[in-house]
Amino acid sequence: MSRLGTYTRRGFLVGSVAVAGGVVFGVRTYNARLENPLTAGLAPGEAALTPYVKITADGITIITPRAEMGQGIHTTLASLVAEELDVELNQIGIEHGPPSSAYFNGGVVEEGYPFPTTDNGAVAEFARAQRDIPAVFLGYQITGGSTSTHDAYVKMRRAGAVARETLKAAAAARTGLPAMQLTTEAGAVVLPDKTRIPYTDLAAEAAATDLADVPELRPRGAWRILGKSQDRLDVVDKTTGRAIYASDIRLPGMRFGALRRSPHLGGSLRGFDASDALEMPGVDAVLDVGTGVVAVARDTWTAMRALDVVSYDWAPPTYPTNTAGHFEAIAAAFNPDQLDSRQRDEGNVEAALANATTIEGEYRAPYLAHATMEPMSAAALMQDGALQIWAGTQGPTVARREAALAAGIPEDSVTISTTLLGGAFGRRGEMDFVQIAARVAVQMQGTPVLLTYPREEDTSRGPYRPAAIGRFRATVADGVPVAVDISTASPSIMAGIDARGGAPAPIPGFLPDFTLAQALWDQPYGIENYRVSGYKSEPLLSVGFWRSVGASQNSFFHECMMDELALAADRDPVEMRLALMTDAPSRAVLEAVAEMAGWGSAPATGRARGVAFALAFGVPTAQIVEIEQTDSGIMVRDVWIAADVGVALDPRNLDAQLISGVNYGLSAAIGEEITLTDSAVDQSNFHDYPVLRMYQAPRIHTRILENQRHIRGIGEPGTPAVAPALANAVFALTGERLRELPLGKNVRFA
Amino acid sequence: MDLTINGSRHNVDLPDDMPLLWALRDGLNITSVKYGCGIAQCGACTVHIDGEAVRSCQVALADVWGEITTIEGLGTPDALHALQAAWIDHQVAQCGYCQSGQIMQAADLLARNPKPTDEDIDAAMSGNLCRCGTYPRIRAAVHSAARAMQEV
Repeated sequence: MSRLGTYTRRGFLVGSVAVAGGVVFGVRTYNARLENPLTAGLAPGEAALTPYVKITADGITIITPRAEMGQGIHTTLASLVAEELDVELNQIGIEHGPPSSAYFNGGVVEEGYPFPTTDNGAVAEFARAQRDIPAVFLGYQITGGSTSTHDAYVKMRRAGAVARETLKAAAAARTGLPAMQLTTEAGAVVLPDKTRIPYTDLAAEAAATDLADVPELRPRGAWRILGKSQDRLDVVDKTTGRAIYASDIRLPGMRFGALRRSPHLGGSLRGFDASDALEMPGVDAVLDVGTGVVAVARDTWTAMRALDVVSYDWAPPTYPTNTAGHFEAIAAAFNPDQLDSRQRDEGNVEAALANATTIEGEYRAPYLAHATMEPMSAAALMQDGALQIWAGTQGPTVARREAALAAGIPEDSVTISTTLLGGAFGRRGEMDFVQIAARVAVQMQGTPVLLTYPREEDTSRGPYRPAAIGRFRATVADGVPVAVDISTASPSIMAGIDARGGAPAPIPGFLPDFTLAQALWDQPYGIENYRVSGYKSEPLLSVGFWRSVGASQNSFFHECMMDELALAADRDPVEMRLALMTDAPSRAVLEAVAEMAGWGSAPATGRARGVAFALAFGVPTAQIVEIEQTDSGIMVRDVWIAADVGVALDPRNLDAQLISGVNYGLSAAIGEEITLTDSAVDQSNFHDYPVLRMYQAPRIHTRILENQRHIRGIGEPGTPAVAPALANAVFALTGERLRELPLGKNVRFA
Repeated sequence: MDLTINGSRHNVDLPDDMPLLWALRDGLNITSVKYGCGIAQCGACTVHIDGEAVRSCQVALADVWGEITTIEGLGTPDALHALQAAWIDHQVAQCGYCQSGQIMQAADLLARNPKPTDEDIDAAMSGNLCRCGTYPRIRAAVHSAARAMQEV
C-alpha cells in the first residue's frame, strides 16, 4: 500500500484529507495549502485526528463541513466517517465546523469539465482524478451542484479509517499489545480479552501517535451503516422546534435589522431621508449599507415598519423596463457574436437541414425566485476589531472573504459560524446577506444585530434563475431524428456571481459559462447530425444558481423537443428515446420508469401521461407524469421517477430528495414566474408568487438504480425532467403544445 | 401585558399592535415560531391559542384571547406528541423550517377530525407551505399519528 510513505505528524494530519485523487500528481504543492482547522481550538488531552474527527473526554464529534439545507448531508457525511471509525451514529455529535480550505469540494470542479459525465474514457477519468487540485488552490468550501456526496465518498471514509487506526495504535502503545490483535467496535478499542478502551479515553495518546500507512477502505459488503436508511441526525430537533437557523440566533443585547434595496435590481442608492423613521419608538438607527438601507430596532417588526417611512432616492435601472424587453434582449443573443459555447457539433447539421422538411420550435422559461421558507438572514457582531457572523451559507470560505472586504478588516479577524439553512436551492450561495450583515455590524460596533430580509425583499430583488429561450430546428427521416440543431440563450450566471462577490476566485471573462448549456449539450442520445449552442445575452436582472441551474430550463427545451420529434417520427416517445440512447445506465432508468408507470397500458379516461429524461449532475433520471382533467382544472396525480446514483448510501434519504426535487420543479412548472413592469419586479410574496401547496402535490413513486460507474449526489437531479414531462402530458391530454413556462399561464391547473 | 405560553406566564412590555409572531420571536426568544411571509400565506408561524391553530403573524398582542401553545408545549424530545413521533418515524423534515407550523396545524386538524382522509388533510394543510416538498410524508405522518392516537 504505502506509496505515501511515512508521514510526519503534520503531514499525516493533512494526508487523510488529501489522498483522494491527490497521489498522482502535485501532492506536496497543494497539501502545503491545507490546514487542520480544528487543532487551534483544542485543549490538552483532546485530539483532532483528521479535520473531520475530533475526540475529547466528552465525546466524539464528526465535522460535516457542508451546508445542511434539507438534503440530509450532515447525516450522510457523518455516516461515511462513522462507517470506518467504528462508532454508531447515536454515539457522536456533529458540527459544521469553521470555514477552511481543508474542507475543499473537489466535486464542484468536475461539473465544469468539457466531458459528458457518461464519458468513462481515459482522459475524462484522469481529469476527474485531478479534480481536487484546483479545488484546494481555490479554497472551494462550497455546497452546491449535488457534489457533496461524491466529493466526500472516499476522503471522509478515509478520515474515519485513519482515526480508527490511530486510536488502535495508541491503544497498542499503552497496552504493549500488537495493533493487529486489537479490534474496534462502537467507539472503543477492544483488547483480545474483551476489555474495552473507549476512544474518548485514548484521545491524548492518539494525538501524539503517527501512522505509517493510510489504511485500506472496507469493501461495500462489510458496511454496517452505509447502504442502509438512517434516521437523520437533525430530525428530532427539527420536529421539536429546537433546530437553530441563522434567524434564530439570539445574543445578549441583540437588536433586529430589516433591509430595503432598490426596486431597480442591483441599482444604487443615491440618498435617503430617515428622519420620520428615527422618531418611531424602538428604532435605533437607519443605516446606509451601500445597496440599500437597513433599519435597526428593538424587534424585526418595528424595523420593517421603519423602512416604510424612509424616503428613498434610487438610481434608475440599466435593464429593459418590462418582461417583454428582457425576452427581446435574450432573443437578440442568438447571433454568432454572442455564442458562448458549442460543446456538441456532430455531423453536418447545416447540410442535413438545408433541403429537409424541418420541425422548429421556440421555448421560453421565466426568471424564478428561490423562495426558501426562511428568508435571507444573518447575525453579526463587530467588537474590538473582530467580526463574528452567523449565517446559513453555502460557501463559508467565500463568506469570510466577503465579510472582511465589506467590513474593511483582515480576513483573519472574521469568524463565520454556519447554522442550519431554512432552504437554500442555490440562493444561499449568494453573499449579499453576509456582506450587508457585515456593513451593519461595522456601524453598530458592540451591538449584535440580526438582519432579516422581509419576504418582499427576498422575492422582489433576486438574484433569480435566468430567464431563457430555447430554439430548435430538426428533421426526421424513416422514423428517426437525423438532424438536431438546438440552442439556448440567457444571461450568464457566472458573470453576475463574479461581480456580486460570490465566486471563489475571479472568473476570467473569456471562459464559457458552463451553466448556460448545462444538460443540453451532453444528453446521451446518438443523432447523426447534432449541434448544441449556448448564447449569452447582455446582462439583465441579477441571475444565480437555482436548484439544478441550467438544467432547469434546458431540460425543458430539450425534452419537449424530443416529444415533438417522436410525434413527427410517429414513434412512441419512450421507445424512440431508448433507441437513440448511447449510455446503458440512462437506458435503464428510462426502462425502469416505463415499467413503474405501466407506460405500455393506456391511462384511465380523462388522464394522460408525459415522459422526459435528463442527464444532470451526472445522474440519469427519467420521469413520467400522469395528469387528470378535473372540473377545477388539471390535477397532477402521479409522478414516477427513476434515477441512477451509482452507489445508494441512504435509500430513504434518496427517496426524500427525489420527491423534493420533483415537487420543486413541479411548483415552478405550474405557476412560478418573476415578471417586470416599470423596471420593478411585479411579485412580492406568496400571494402573487404561488408555490406548490399540499392539495396540488402528487403521489411520487421513486426508484434508485446503481448501474453507473461513479457515485453521484441527488439534491438536484429530481428537478429538471418534471417540467418537460408535465408539458408533454398536457400535450397528450389536450393536443396543445405549450412552449412557455409556467404552464399555468396557458392552461388551468387545479 | 401578560401572556400564558405553554403553561407559563410571561409579562411583555411591547406595543399592543405588535403581531404575536414578533413578540414570541424577538421579545421572548421563542424562535421555534417562524417568520415566513408576514401575510398569512405560508403557515410557518402557526401556534395555538386555546387549542386552535392561528397564524401568529396576524394576531395583534392586544387581541390574544387565550393560552398560547407553541411546538415546545406540544411535546419534547423526551415526551413526544404522537404527531412528532410520526413525523420522526416518517423522517418528514428536510430543511425543517416550516415543520413546527406544519405540526401545529396538523394537531389542530386531529383535534377536530380524529380520522381524516387524504382530502381532509389536503384541505387542512394547504395553508402551510413546504418548499422542500415534504407533502407526501406529511400526509403519511398525519395518518400514522391519527391511528396511534386512536389506539391510546
